[in-house]
Amino acid sequence: MLANANRLTPYLFLLPAVAVMVVALLYPIGYMIWASFLDWNPSQRIGEADFVGLRNYFNLLGDAAFHESLWVTVKFAVLVVGIEMVLGVGLALLLDRELRGMTLLRTVFILPMMIAPIVVGLIWRYMYHPTVGTFNRILDSLGLPTAPWLSDGDWAFASVVIADIWQWTPFIFILSLAALQSLPKSAMEAARIDGATGWQLIWHIKIPLMMPVLIVTCLLRLIDAFKVLEVVLVLTNGGPGLSTEILALRISRTASEFRELGYAAAMSNVLLILLLILTLAMFLYTKITEARAARVRAAIEEG
Amino acid sequence: MTGRDGGEAGLPRITFDKVEKSYGSTLVLPPLDLTLEDGEFTVLVGPSGCGKSTTLRILAGLETLSGGEIYFDDRPIGKLEPKERDIAMVFQDYALYPHMNIARNMSFALRLARAPKSRIDSEVNRVAEMLNIAHLLDRKPAELSGGQRQRVAMGRALVRDAGTFLFDEPLSNLDAKLRAKMRTELAEMRDTIDKNMVYVTHDQVEAMTLGDRIVVMNAGMIQQQGTAEELFANPVNRFVAGFIGSPSMNFLAGEITADRVQGQGFDLPLPPGLAERAGARAVEVGIRPSSIVLEGGAPIQLRVIVSEYLGAQSVLVTRCGNVDVLAEIASVDRIPSGQTRDFGVRTEEIMLFDRATGARI
Repeated sequence: MLANANRLTPYLFLLPAVAVMVVALLYPIGYMIWASFLDWNPSQRIGEADFVGLRNYFNLLGDAAFHESLWVTVKFAVLVVGIEMVLGVGLALLLDRELRGMTLLRTVFILPMMIAPIVVGLIWRYMYHPTVGTFNRILDSLGLPTAPWLSDGDWAFASVVIADIWQWTPFIFILSLAALQSLPKSAMEAARIDGATGWQLIWHIKIPLMMPVLIVTCLLRLIDAFKVLEVVLVLTNGGPGLSTEILALRISRTASEFRELGYAAAMSNVLLILLLILTLAMFLYTKITEARAARVRAAIEEG
Repeated sequence: MTGRDGGEAGLPRITFDKVEKSYGSTLVLPPLDLTLEDGEFTVLVGPSGCGKSTTLRILAGLETLSGGEIYFDDRPIGKLEPKERDIAMVFQDYALYPHMNIARNMSFALRLARAPKSRIDSEVNRVAEMLNIAHLLDRKPAELSGGQRQRVAMGRALVRDAGTFLFDEPLSNLDAKLRAKMRTELAEMRDTIDKNMVYVTHDQVEAMTLGDRIVVMNAGMIQQQGTAEELFANPVNRFVAGFIGSPSMNFLAGEITADRVQGQGFDLPLPPGLAERAGARAVEVGIRPSSIVLEGGAPIQLRVIVSEYLGAQSVLVTRCGNVDVLAEIASVDRIPSGQTRDFGVRTEEIMLFDRATGARI
């Protein structure tokens, strides 16, 4: 009896967390999945909406605006994460040394990450302002032609990308720096004695050893970039045209402006599936590395 | 490829000229002068924090000089990068590249130097055969045991074919049995490979068995250098006397009176001349455990506290006055603990040290 109770104790402690998960996560997701099969507008209660099966999903297949949004989102995510990885890792490699004032410098570098996304959007909107914005005033004072930062489709996309890079490069920077500083010092020294130059040290030793951290960081950032909303909402609200209308924005507009809750739910599910694939990729990666580590341990115990 | 002729002619004589190291305002290595003859196996030995590792790392170029200069023959190398010094190094934690397999670990330096593939392969295979690690070439370092990693670290250094080999406590992460085995192999390697070797250890047994020349360091200063025999028979001060030899030397506080030395619980005659040299001053009497015998010698009464039976020899922990005295004797009879009995001291082996300065008298 007592043994039985002991076995159940851990689950008892897990119960509150499970309850919260069910209410806060599983219920809304279930709700969303159900809603995606309905033709539902906000004036109806969910029970009154018509069941339409997979029609919302079929409509998505032929919806050019949705395709455009999806493409903008993928383009955005791949571009920002790619540039952020290069910049973040590069900065970490540069700043991984003991210099006076380095602690302060590192703190300054990670400031953008601490600012609320809405505020980031506002700051950049003012800086991008066509007449009083920082950038155009600088260009103007140098006698250069000013740029249509937010009013031209291509420029607007670039502006959003720049703002996101500004905000999220620090994330990659601090994780890379932590990874760098935990690398075995003596392996680096051995490489120097073996004749490696600074660049060779980075290519042959540092980057390969940081790789596990870099892969996870990259996936985390990708997941985040696919869900980006606030900065774009404040900066461009998706425009001009559909040039910066990322998926999250399209979903929110479908629900609030077009009043098609079922259709918005179907889009959300597509986004969810995309993110699930990324998350699964991350889990798969950790599983593979763990399995390799286990094989290594087994090999050592044998030998 | 390295541009050396091979053989003794190509090996540099290494000279430390007033080499100094400080971190900020903390001086960790006061000016140090040291000459390592070409082709010699030199061991830097001393307790932790004595500056031996720093000295080696300065020689490797991993630490910068704060003052002085190092010469390879007449060529100053103090400002050169590690790779320009024609050295190879074996690290205490082996410092293998975790993401490369053993073959690639060993060939890293040659690959960086863009050596032809055929030469890389033949070098790696030759060294791997020599060290018995040929069957491990495809494995990653994490898949090897400590002893195997140790060999790979040696192998990686050997593939380099550098003029000077540096060893930073290479055996201290191994268990006792493996350490003894690797020590023997290193001693063998020393005789077959004609290179400069500089070896840092805190273990005086390693120092004694491996070094052509042993440099004993303490608190950043060289205390004495010489062969194992010289250091054992003729230590210049109390530190060297206590550090070299196992079990270590016993020290008893004493006073000189005429031709005898007396202290709490002992009164021993001194060999001719020693008492005169000492004069009337406070001394420490140094007696090696091996100088204490059961029969003969000058009598001394010791109370046996513990008897450590080691096989042919036993180490007795005894007490003289309130000082512990170790005695190393042949295990003829088991000597019961708690017994006070007569021992003998071979007086010709007694050493005297100035109690204030520690210098040998």
